[in-house]
Amino acid sequence: MVEKLEAEEKAYTLYHPRWFRPRVSTYWWLGRWPYLKFILRELSSIFVAWTVVLMLLAIASVERGPQAWAHFLAFMRNPLMVAINVIGFLFVVFHTVTWFNLTPHAMVVRVRGKRVPGLMLSGPNYVLWIAISAVVAWLLMR
Amino acid sequence: MAETVVLQITRYSPERDAEPQFESFEVPFHKEWVVLDALNYIKDRIDGSLSYRWSCRMGICGSCGMMVNGEPKLTCATFLSSYAAKRKPIVVEPLRYFPVIRDLVTEMTDFMVKLRKVKPWLIRKEPPPAQGEFLQTPEQLDVYKQFSMCINCTLCYAACPVYGLDPVFVGPAAIALAQRYNLDSRDQGADDRLSILAHPEGVWGCTFVGECTRVCPKHVDPAGAIQQYKLVTALEWFKSYLWPRGTGKNSEASGAD
Repeated sequence: MVEKLEAEEKAYTLYHPRWFRPRVSTYWWLGRWPYLKFILRELSSIFVAWTVVLMLLAIASVERGPQAWAHFLAFMRNPLMVAINVIGFLFVVFHTVTWFNLTPHAMVVRVRGKRVPGLMLSGPNYVLWIAISAVVAWLLMR
Repeated sequence: MAETVVLQITRYSPERDAEPQFESFEVPFHKEWVVLDALNYIKDRIDGSLSYRWSCRMGICGSCGMMVNGEPKLTCATFLSSYAAKRKPIVVEPLRYFPVIRDLVTEMTDFMVKLRKVKPWLIRKEPPPAQGEFLQTPEQLDVYKQFSMCINCTLCYAACPVYGLDPVFVGPAAIALAQRYNLDSRDQGADDRLSILAHPEGVWGCTFVGECTRVCPKHVDPAGAIQQYKLVTALEWFKSYLWPRGTGKNSEASGAD
């Protein structure tokens, strides 16, 4: 009888039967591609920041003179830096593509009462991106 | 013998179990059967104690949401044939992130409280038209119609890791429904909803995982509603600096920081 009462106490709280509350694992983002993609997208911001820092370092070394610039170039040629920057570049591209694709969700543009299709919002982003990249490539290659 | 399919179903009885366990059931396979048909077969023929919610079986009532092979699904719209080809058991669990009452039944009070908080009804500051009904053009209807399709099935909450990790987050469906009324030409209650929505646990809790939109059976796009509202609150916050004494509307938009 006492055992039965104890079991009932465990099964019930004051107002309702005991609910099972599942715990969220620390690794919830592993194993499901959409979640992993989200975490990688968030992680990509670190590489965006990294790229900005590199750019600032490059400008600072140009400002300090030819010797500093040569030193900066040597630093960038280090295989470890090349490896980090290749990974960084892939992350920055991933960052750009995922955010461009999300633009139509966040922005609603209506023309004459009709919602403009998503491709009309993300498309110009891609066109501008490619155009600016082409100009930069032309400046570097010429 | 007819073809069969195995369902692995979460069983939990608060009186009997410390935590949920899986139980396997073999049911006949018919290509026109949905997961809910298989559950009804089990309850009618194999084990009457199996508990789950369902009502309309046509994707309107929003009661039969469960995790099917780890994905939030309306079981009335999820065909066995989509999974049978894999020859593996179909795993059916209660919706993720909600407390479980019994077997596949989740406790939804948290969602109901949040839904009420965003005041999902028409709020009028001025009296309604003295004669006849409110008039609305097709364009005015089109602005909010997508968000009005929500059936409160809470699949989006089960897809949202932010809600799982931070249960005070108002969540996708409640915010989408708040937007449904904010964007309605008849409504004048956007100011009343602002303090809940512009709160750090409102739209700013969202990190735009986007899974709520992907799993929504009614194509409501709650993630879109949240991002669009972030833009609104950011503008209101900015305006509150330009006109510190308020423009007469939305003057309490300080949650954007």
